[in-house]
Amino acid sequence: MTAFLEYLGQSTRISFTKLGRASYFLLQILAGILSLLARPRLLLKQLYSVGVLSFLIITISGLFVGMVLSLQGYYTLSDFGAEESLGVMVAASLVRELGPVVSGLLFAGRAGSALTAEIGLMKATEQLSGMEMMAVDPIRRIITPRFVAGLISMPLLAALFSAVGVIGGQMVGCGLLGVDEGAFWSQMQSGIDFKDDIINGVIKSLVFGFVTSWIALFEGYDAIPTSEGVSRATTRTVVNSAFSILGLDFILTALMFGEH
Amino acid sequence: MDNHVTPPNSLVSVRNLSFSRGTTKIFDNISLDFERGKITAIMGPSGTGKTTLLKLIGGQLFPDQGTICVDGENVHQLRRAELYNLRKRLGMLFQSGALLTDMNVYDNVAFPLREHTHLPESMIRTLVLMKLQAVGLRGARNLMPNELSGGMARRIALARAIALDPMMILYDEPFTGQDPISMGILVHLIKSLNTTLGLTSIIVSHDVHDTSAIADYIYVLSGGKIVGEGTPEEIQHSESEWVQQFMTGAADGPVHFHYPAKDYVDDLLSSGKRY
Repeated sequence: MTAFLEYLGQSTRISFTKLGRASYFLLQILAGILSLLARPRLLLKQLYSVGVLSFLIITISGLFVGMVLSLQGYYTLSDFGAEESLGVMVAASLVRELGPVVSGLLFAGRAGSALTAEIGLMKATEQLSGMEMMAVDPIRRIITPRFVAGLISMPLLAALFSAVGVIGGQMVGCGLLGVDEGAFWSQMQSGIDFKDDIINGVIKSLVFGFVTSWIALFEGYDAIPTSEGVSRATTRTVVNSAFSILGLDFILTALMFGEH
Repeated sequence: MDNHVTPPNSLVSVRNLSFSRGTTKIFDNISLDFERGKITAIMGPSGTGKTTLLKLIGGQLFPDQGTICVDGENVHQLRRAELYNLRKRLGMLFQSGALLTDMNVYDNVAFPLREHTHLPESMIRTLVLMKLQAVGLRGARNLMPNELSGGMARRIALARAIALDPMMILYDEPFTGQDPISMGILVHLIKSLNTTLGLTSIIVSHDVHDTSAIADYIYVLSGGKIVGEGTPEEIQHSESEWVQQFMTGAADGPVHFHYPAKDYVDDLLSSGKRY
């Protein structure tokens, strides 16, 4: 029993210490944002590797998710003779939930893991120490541009996911299942609210981008500089990001849509 | 009590330094001096904290006790901006080279110049080519770090370390894993750069022969203490058992061949546990 309590206490202390380090790390990242404005090239390069290189996986996944949503929605709605509401169902599901959440999970798997591995390997090969000894702050030079790139990319990728998903839904719903195209688009137009649906979806994706980028970069920076350490850090990034995205999604949904 | 008198020509002075990692004491109240314009070597078996000492001098680690002054500035009492200003006057050659893997050779050498100066690109080009010429790798400027041999990577890292014309260079195991030709080139470069650029060099190494050939003064560390110091000749003729074991490469001596363990026979005869 004493050993268990000791283990529990030690684990809690280690977790809080890590949280403290992560918070301080975040403050250092945020403090570097202003100086990044003076060097937009650093940001552009990271926007390419974090955002543009995630384009394909987001597009293809969005297309298939939209097509499946349309297929499943049609079977349920047609039982009630409401298949004309397919457009609003697909769009609301994508814009409110699946767009931010699924693209967040894909972002964590594609870009987050790559960021952790990159930073972890830079640490293991002494590139970060080397920078420090050259009087260059690695957080400002390496970490902050990647963080901001993640923050900017995530809402754009989520919007892309939703847009492609709607097209996929339309292709299946109107093209294959025979739903009236006019009804599909007009119901979507009247049913989706700019503030309640689209802005809330953007806020969610911003939060997910913030958290995922923070976790990915911190895990890389805090990784034990060995091959096993980097491997574990990469796994932790994907697992912790997924938990954070799903947990935060519940909280944000409750806050945004709770009063309805 | 500190019995060391700081020589007037000392660029780096370490006083009463103690440093631990967890429960392991790496340094136990040691004092050293590194003179301007000289090549000083820190030697000792693996795991004695030689690299740790370089990181302490560079302000990357904090000592438990004691002070380290570089060019009259107490490294661990400097503010971040002041520490970074000091580091601009230091160059460090890491064991791995620590080249930035997403940049080619040219951009790696240009990196400190672009970060710390506002020189036009034409001037940076001239400086980079001069530094690369000094290490004999001007022709390799377009190669990526993964296309370089270990020796070439260290020479490029050396070119980068001298990019800002530092007052001192810290070398972390520069000869480890080098073939005889690369080793000869590095030995020659370290000596000639130190002389021609008027540098101060600190070399951490366990390569007895080549380091002794170019060092002006040697400290031998073991078990957290300085077990020997002097010119290469003095070290060669030292009466210290530690120093003699290190210089001759004897397998057993004050540094034991066996890692501490319980009695061998008892260990073989004990059963019931996998290890």
